[in-house]
Amino acid sequence: MHLSLPPPNGPAHGSAMAGPLSAGTLGAAGQFITCALDAAEYGIDIMAVREIKGWSETTVIPHAPAWIRGVINLRGVIVPILDLRARFGMPLTVTTPMHVVVIIQCGARTTGLLVDAVSDIISVGPEEVRPVPEVGTGAPASLLTGLVPLERGMVALVSLESLLNFTNEVAVPPPELQS
Amino acid sequence: MMFDHLRDTYFEESAELLESAYAQLALLAEGTHDADTVHALFRAVHSIKGGGGAFGLDRVVGLAHAMETLLDLLREGELAMEPPLIALLLRGADALADLLTAERGGEGAPQGFEDNLVAAFHQAAGSARTSPASIDTAPAPPAGGGGASGWQISFRPHPALLRNANEPLLLVRELARLGPLTVKVDAAALPALECIEPEDAYLGWSFTLQAGVDRTAVEEVFEFVADDCDLVIEPMEPASGGVARDEPAGGSSPAAFPGSPSEAVAARHETPAPAASVRVDVAKIDRLVNLVGELVINQAMLVQLGSTLPPSLCPGLVGGLETLSQHLRELQEGVMAIRTQPVRSVFSRMPRLVRELSGQLGKDVRLVITGEATEIDKTVVERLADPLTHLLRNALDHGIEPSAERQTAGKSGQGTVCLGAEQRGGRIVIEVSDDGRGIDRARVLARARERGLVAPDAVLGDAETDELIFLPSFSTAAEVSAVSGRGVGMDVVRRDIQALGGRIAVESRHGAGSRFLLSLPLTLAVLDGLVVSVGRQAYIVPIAAIVESLRPRSGDIHALVGHGEMLAIRGAYIPLLPLHRCFGIPDAERDPARGIVVIVETDSDRQIGLLVDDLVGQQQVVVKSLDANYGPIPGTGGATILGDGRVALILDIPGLGYGAQSSSVPAPTPASQPQPALH
Repeated sequence: MHLSLPPPNGPAHGSAMAGPLSAGTLGAAGQFITCALDAAEYGIDIMAVREIKGWSETTVIPHAPAWIRGVINLRGVIVPILDLRARFGMPLTVTTPMHVVVIIQCGARTTGLLVDAVSDIISVGPEEVRPVPEVGTGAPASLLTGLVPLERGMVALVSLESLLNFTNEVAVPPPELQS
Repeated sequence: MMFDHLRDTYFEESAELLESAYAQLALLAEGTHDADTVHALFRAVHSIKGGGGAFGLDRVVGLAHAMETLLDLLREGELAMEPPLIALLLRGADALADLLTAERGGEGAPQGFEDNLVAAFHQAAGSARTSPASIDTAPAPPAGGGGASGWQISFRPHPALLRNANEPLLLVRELARLGPLTVKVDAAALPALECIEPEDAYLGWSFTLQAGVDRTAVEEVFEFVADDCDLVIEPMEPASGGVARDEPAGGSSPAAFPGSPSEAVAARHETPAPAASVRVDVAKIDRLVNLVGELVINQAMLVQLGSTLPPSLCPGLVGGLETLSQHLRELQEGVMAIRTQPVRSVFSRMPRLVRELSGQLGKDVRLVITGEATEIDKTVVERLADPLTHLLRNALDHGIEPSAERQTAGKSGQGTVCLGAEQRGGRIVIEVSDDGRGIDRARVLARARERGLVAPDAVLGDAETDELIFLPSFSTAAEVSAVSGRGVGMDVVRRDIQALGGRIAVESRHGAGSRFLLSLPLTLAVLDGLVVSVGRQAYIVPIAAIVESLRPRSGDIHALVGHGEMLAIRGAYIPLLPLHRCFGIPDAERDPARGIVVIVETDSDRQIGLLVDDLVGQQQVVVKSLDANYGPIPGTGGATILGDGRVALILDIPGLGYGAQSSSVPAPTPASQPQPALH
């Protein structure tokens, strides 16, 4: 599924996003866990986060895009791990035990996101969310739902819906950038 | 709704009863029956009737009752079990199944659907009652004329009669079949509405039957209920019988019927049967299976942990863990056994299919079923129905020749189709074979060329030609017939079977018939696997696919241009498939002579050698699906969790990229993506 970009006026799009999609998977306003990838900060809807755990070695999945780091055993459930840095077009993360996996649940699907560290929890009002410009961010625009300017810098809100909808791309690496 | 729930249970039970009825009928048809066979058949039909009455399924009751009447005569030996009667009973069972299915669906079968059959049953039963030569349903007047001209019957049921699921209305109908009937209800004992005990019986009837039938004929109607009612049968005064003579002979007059006597019967109770089985929701069993799976993984972890401790530290640990393993394996087998079902449940549908199809096609075909008690996972059983139906249709439509053609070929005019199941090791082998004309290889080849499936100049062996029928969109029926050959062909069958973790193979001899062998796993949830390591990764090779494993000598490895590498073993060449290249694993052993070759069988009984780094060990693994959180991975059939908590992918040997009809090795493409560093 491809999500349309939010309309430019902030308050209007808050209500537009509350449509058919569940609040846990998407929604430009609310609380977000921010995590660091190098100097950049990304926000993940806190309602979708199930747990945060340390990095552990994965089982490699053959023929998968590089940003799928493999699968892990999460108490009996097999969960794929996405390298968020690589997913946003940057090089693969060189993992250490200090790296963190954010387990998120989106619909019936459970996935882990590999990030450098989890830094903060922020509350964002609908009026604070700015639209994602067509170009200028390093990531494919469809993977973001909005930008939030903070005093210490900018947080890019991640669209979990499009991030986890990788089934179609699994067969044809590398992923095409959608706009 | 409670009632809906009961209704569902009734339909489920009826389906089981019908299955048992079909089984008994099969015995009858084979001529290997004894007294119990007819009794069992009678009981099945009777139970269906009883429940049907409780749910107001009058048509089911009517048909079942007609069958029951005939069966009773057979049971008493008043009629001989002859092939036409068996065929009639089979048709009755079919119709009963259809009626039940239609009623369950809510729409009901078309009006009059079963009428002819009911009449045929009455006719068959009537022929025994009257003179054997007569096939008239109408009650024959007494031959000698010396009998009574009619009967005065007084009938008052006890509550027990109703509790035994007998239906007074049916008795009345039965009586009405004997001749013109006048019924008077005696409602004197009926209390006020608020005092009515729904399970009690209050009504009595007096019947005037104006027909000169034998007393025994009247008594037979009440045969089953005689102990549960007050019954007086008296001959009528000849004077009062005269009126009846004017009535049209042989017709029961519906006008003489009172309202349904069942109106006073609010509830009927079947005799409670001893609970021999319990109905359990499959979801509950699956939960058990999953939990046991988790336990198995947990136990493997414990064993691994235990092995790291020095035995002196905790002497009882090793023994304790071993006992735990044993119990767990038993527990697992026990839980799996709950999920298994005899293949009978799907096999029993096939005789009807064959019967109907052979009728449609005008062919004389006998179906021989063996091994229907073989047990297999419930999911597998359910998903076998379509492929088996398809194979049988094919056997009847394409395989078996018309009688005349068979006789010309020197074969018996009756074709034989065999459906068999047996357990071989950890797998179930199901065989569908016919003694028909076999696969017409010339036509198969011509069709394949026509469709561009085979190069025009390719030379194929017999087995290879036979394999062509499994290719998508392949159907050799010259004309698309109603029975088979609708384009969804053997490729669908093969896909269905492969989806169950099974394999299908065909053998055929021209003029002598074809044989399809389906090899299926006992269960889908657990498999015995060999853990192999490739680089830092572990994979599971299903034991069922493994032929042997060996460490090759470098002299036995031959590179073949365009075909990768071959392993020479005992004079044969086996294509070598290095798993690390297939899956793009960077840190694996590349020299075949320093690795291990696991020789596995693909679905087409071809062998390939999987090159791995090392063998880790053999263990039972619990199959977990990757579909929920990820999606299918080509070349794998799921994943499992190893003793150390790591995930290992389970190899799907046929899916590793070997076409069924090609013996050449496709050059494995290294993964197009750079593999991430793992640590």
